[in-house]
Amino acid sequence: MPSKLTKKEVENIAKLARLELTDEEINTYSEQLSDILGYIDQLQEVDTENVEITSQVTGLSNVMREDKVDACDNASEIVGMAPENEDGLIKVKAVFSAKG
Amino acid sequence: MDIQKFTIKSTLNSLQNKEFSCVDLIKEIFKRIRKHDGDIHAFLELTEKAAIKQAEEVDAKIERGEKLRALEGIPVAIKDVIATKGIKTTASSKILEQYIPPYDATIIKKLKDVGAIIVGKTNCDEFAHGASTENSAFGPSHNPWDLERSPGGSSGGSAAALSAGFCLASLGTDTGGSTRQPGGWCNVYGLRPTYGRISRYGLISMTSSTDTPGIFAKTAEDTALLLSIMAGQDKKDATTLGAEVHEYHEQLDLPLKGMKIGKPKEFFEDSSDEESVAVVEKSINKLKELGAKIVDVSLPHTKYGVPVYYIITPSEVSSNLGKFDGIRYGHRSPEANSLFEVYTKTRGQNFGPETKRRIMLGTYALSSGYYDAYYKKAQKVRTVITKEVEKVLNEVDLLVTPVSPHVAIKLGEKSDDPLAMYLEDVFMETSVMAGLPAISIPAGFAHDMPVGLQIMGKQLDEVRILSVAHQYEKVTNWVDKYPKL
Repeated sequence: MPSKLTKKEVENIAKLARLELTDEEINTYSEQLSDILGYIDQLQEVDTENVEITSQVTGLSNVMREDKVDACDNASEIVGMAPENEDGLIKVKAVFSAKG
Repeated sequence: MDIQKFTIKSTLNSLQNKEFSCVDLIKEIFKRIRKHDGDIHAFLELTEKAAIKQAEEVDAKIERGEKLRALEGIPVAIKDVIATKGIKTTASSKILEQYIPPYDATIIKKLKDVGAIIVGKTNCDEFAHGASTENSAFGPSHNPWDLERSPGGSSGGSAAALSAGFCLASLGTDTGGSTRQPGGWCNVYGLRPTYGRISRYGLISMTSSTDTPGIFAKTAEDTALLLSIMAGQDKKDATTLGAEVHEYHEQLDLPLKGMKIGKPKEFFEDSSDEESVAVVEKSINKLKELGAKIVDVSLPHTKYGVPVYYIITPSEVSSNLGKFDGIRYGHRSPEANSLFEVYTKTRGQNFGPETKRRIMLGTYALSSGYYDAYYKKAQKVRTVITKEVEKVLNEVDLLVTPVSPHVAIKLGEKSDDPLAMYLEDVFMETSVMAGLPAISIPAGFAHDMPVGLQIMGKQLDEVRILSVAHQYEKVTNWVDKYPKL
């Protein structure tokens, strides 16, 4: 495991996470995340040979409900909460560029 | 009217017997809030008008001689990560600063169904990420016992509001200790129920595999009453459990005689604050005097709880907070020139430092090449911790530990050191990993600040935990102590 996250690595994580960070933030996170990961590395001391991962703690599995359509009577209210909306639709920036 | 002395139970009696009106009660609550919340900052939003109107209806009902419902007329405060229809719900984040949910969380609906009166929404760490409320985008809350100190977190506003007499109960959430730790630091009860015992529908999700609503109340009986009302299966939360919901508040007399209570030695090794430890030891002795058998036990993997938590939580956070992208609700950056920038600028400009830190950490832990080393490893160690505590709980009925190695920290003391803040959760994670119920109960004072005792039990064994809390309360007077404002 890397001992310290480089600036480039932090920039890449920020891009994956869709976060615009300032240079100062990138420097801070590079140090802090390295510290935290260093601390977390102690998990390697624990013998987990033949141990299953935890995926659920109360023993439930495959909780199903009837596949039935329910009415939604406040759709316009919900769409109306979007920062930009028009005629019951959510307005967003272009997804594809004109050049294709 | 001395609100500090009121409990839910006593207040319902007083209202029904017309000792005072519900309007007078609610007005007195808001008078206290106006007078003192400038110092404490427990609230982000108040709902005075609606509360008074509701109180008038309660009074009319009393006049007609009708019987009050289980929480009718009782003022409650709600952590701001819990959706309240028509009332701003910000999660203490700038990104949701103007968000007004179009629906109620299941637990809010349940409280309303029995007549509770919401007085306001309480401050917390942004998206419940923290242990001191200092990560709130709107400034920290202050501990009513000492304004220079934190009330704990993340549900610090809810604990402070109750401790200050701004309500008679409050709701929090507990993902990694966020109800129990502030409960301990503010001299109130803080219950984390079994995972899945209370519906999470309408909680702004943080770590879905460990999130649960939490209950703050002034007595064990009030805590139990709230649990009786809030517990149960919900088709809107597939992780809720179908097990029978007890009338917890009517089953508080399980005899302590013959009960086996384990004392895990790893929780008593931190001697940084000997006075706090002495208070906890004394409260455990009291349980012994009440007839319980105290057994020394060991949970050697306790120390790995925090590192496991700080992989699992950021991982789930990075996924759960993906929905805050400036598209469907909340804030959208006006400076974005492309769809990509709508995402990056909205999130970069409106999430606070700890939220970003967790999103980054989680994104890293889940990214290709590191998934096995971090996330998978953490989920395996989680299994080890869970099996270890389950094994011990086969030999004893309950476990008792300190809530925190020390009393409430000073504001600013650890806010620049994220790792030091993470370690504040050190005694909280065992129950989180295993989905066990645990409660923080008022157990005494050190350095003139409250100290909490944590009682942890088997899954769905809330009856036993609350019984022990109730019987301890009967022979001590900690719940009668209030901060001087």
